[in-house]
Amino acid sequence: MSRPRNGGLWQELRVPAAAVIIGLIIGAVFMAMTGANPLTAYGALLSGCFGKPVNISETLVYINPLIFTGLSIAVAYRAGLFNIGAEGQMIVGMVAAAVVGYAGTGLPRAIHLPLTILSGALAGAIWAAVPGYLKARLGVHEVVNSIMMNYIALYLSHYLVNGPIKDPQVIAPYSREIADSAKLFRFFGGFRSEFRVNTGILIAVAAALLVYYVLYKTTTGYEIRAVGANADAARYAGINVPKAMAVSMLLAGSMAGLAGAVQVCGIQYKFLDLFAFEGFGLDGIAVALVGKINPFGVVGAASLFGILSRGAQMMQGIAHVPKQVAGIVQAAIVFMIAAEGLVEGWLSIPGLSLKKAGKAQKEDA
Amino acid sequence: MKRTLSLALAIGMLFALVVPVFSASVPKVGIVFDIGGRGDQSFNDAAYEGLMMLKKELGAQTTYIESKTPSDYEPNLASLAREGYDVVWGIGFLMADAMKKVAQQYPNVKFGIIDSGYSDEEYKSMKNVLGVLFKEHEGSFLQGVLTALTTKVNKVGFVGGMDFPVIERFEAGFKAGVWTINPKIEIFVNYTGAFDDPAKGKAVASSMFRRGADVVFHASGACGIGVIEAADEVGKWAIGVDSDQNHLSPKHVLNSMIKRVDLGVFNGTKMLIEPKFVGHTVTLGIAEDGVGLAPEASNNASKEATAKALEWADKIRKGQYVVPEFRADADKLQSK
Repeated sequence: MSRPRNGGLWQELRVPAAAVIIGLIIGAVFMAMTGANPLTAYGALLSGCFGKPVNISETLVYINPLIFTGLSIAVAYRAGLFNIGAEGQMIVGMVAAAVVGYAGTGLPRAIHLPLTILSGALAGAIWAAVPGYLKARLGVHEVVNSIMMNYIALYLSHYLVNGPIKDPQVIAPYSREIADSAKLFRFFGGFRSEFRVNTGILIAVAAALLVYYVLYKTTTGYEIRAVGANADAARYAGINVPKAMAVSMLLAGSMAGLAGAVQVCGIQYKFLDLFAFEGFGLDGIAVALVGKINPFGVVGAASLFGILSRGAQMMQGIAHVPKQVAGIVQAAIVFMIAAEGLVEGWLSIPGLSLKKAGKAQKEDA
Repeated sequence: MKRTLSLALAIGMLFALVVPVFSASVPKVGIVFDIGGRGDQSFNDAAYEGLMMLKKELGAQTTYIESKTPSDYEPNLASLAREGYDVVWGIGFLMADAMKKVAQQYPNVKFGIIDSGYSDEEYKSMKNVLGVLFKEHEGSFLQGVLTALTTKVNKVGFVGGMDFPVIERFEAGFKAGVWTINPKIEIFVNYTGAFDDPAKGKAVASSMFRRGADVVFHASGACGIGVIEAADEVGKWAIGVDSDQNHLSPKHVLNSMIKRVDLGVFNGTKMLIEPKFVGHTVTLGIAEDGVGLAPEASNNASKEATAKALEWADKIRKGQYVVPEFRADADKLQSK
């Protein structure tokens, strides 16, 4: 998918940048068609995401889980597996963190917080292990299984939060609030702060570094990538294919589980019944693909998606843009980034590259 | 000429002076929807109707945001408060927790929540919040009466969205209504597990019709669009919920359990913008015209059935009959 390039940062970024711009233009056309003013709308997107310190905080809150789910998809994809199950793995991660975060009340923070976070990762890994095992041992396609595991997770969580783990003090289906010792620090002003951005974002960046290290600096990572590139060749070369698949699936599951744990420990402090899938896992697929299945690319792509999905709601609230149109903007951008060759082709049309003369020259040089 | 000009100028200046004063008294009202949002032809769209009533009758400036996930509730409520909205509504009881936090962060903004309330203790620290609850069981009871007097095979169905207290009230009231008229009627009960999936609603309702039911009542948000579609296809009856859903299939929607979420939002906003407002919960039942039958034009039930339902409505209004709101109590009315 990604070719080695040596044209520096601009070469890396020019296609995604052009894709974003084209996507925004396509979105503007649709907005104009529905009677909304694209300039007001994009203004609302920007001010809604960055206009005030608290908005920047919220944007980071949105980016945070997408980094994890993007990593989850990316790490499985490197082994040639398509982890559609990140959604469900995240849900069980949330439930596990909510349970451990409450049940461990009284433990010292130094034990309780890591324990809670890791329980989420473990739950996600277990959830991913089922389709991972079926794929590695029996060759059952992981896409079907991980989708089904999503539904099991959704309805299992629904059952739990309406029964065994429900907070009896409130009518609504919430789990009990986790202990303070299991909450992630919010950078500004305590657990009830309006600034919800928390140390979870640092965990996400650390996770990206970890995934990078495992994939590119360890033997296991090499095996995973070899299996992803060509499983038959890898087997012929003596690589234990089922093991590589299992490791990547477990890592993928724990990343999605972390997304859930960080969401509970950093943002919600409890598990709230879900009416439907939240979409972080599914958005993670697009994040991973846009980020070129590279851990650092995932961080960048997650930022873009976080801004777009936070911005979509702000465009709706402030500029009255229907959410469907906001969805179209998002889709248009993803489409353009995915259709990399197309955009690259457009950029090399002489008439177009004239406008980017400076950059074109750099290309020649 | 000069005089007209100066007159015009004077009027213009007067306007310039007065208009800001006026616009300051025009409330800015925003709604935060739960997951699902607009387009359900039911609960959420009824709330939106209320917003439009405010726009028309009070000239309110309005907006709305549809949440995508539970972690959206807080930022969405807070961002409308920050954007200078005087009244911010949360449509759906899952927002109770987020609203509590945000209402305390923005004590100068008024908040309303549909389908949820708080304890008196909690209201002490959230004087700016109005909780609006409905007696869904009362309205559903009337639909149960209509159903029992309409079914020819003594088999009927109830399709719920997800099983929690609000929806349980629909189920309990409906059962009580059916079995009060005829305790021998068999009621199929099933839940779709969603509020946003018409295909699921259709699948669940179709299976009830296949098992012989001839009237199916739903309380399942947008899933109900599928329930009504299923009734339309097999030529049997569906009963709509929250909004008047007759237009979805004029010949196969028997009636609709009207839940005046629109009035809740409209009257609630008027209460909230009163300077003397103090946080509390209002509960809207038949007596408050918060729930009831669909307008006569959308009623397909027989005259006798309708008369019977109205008779019961009267009893409930006068407090002569208390409709059970829990499944366990309603189930006692059945005789096997």
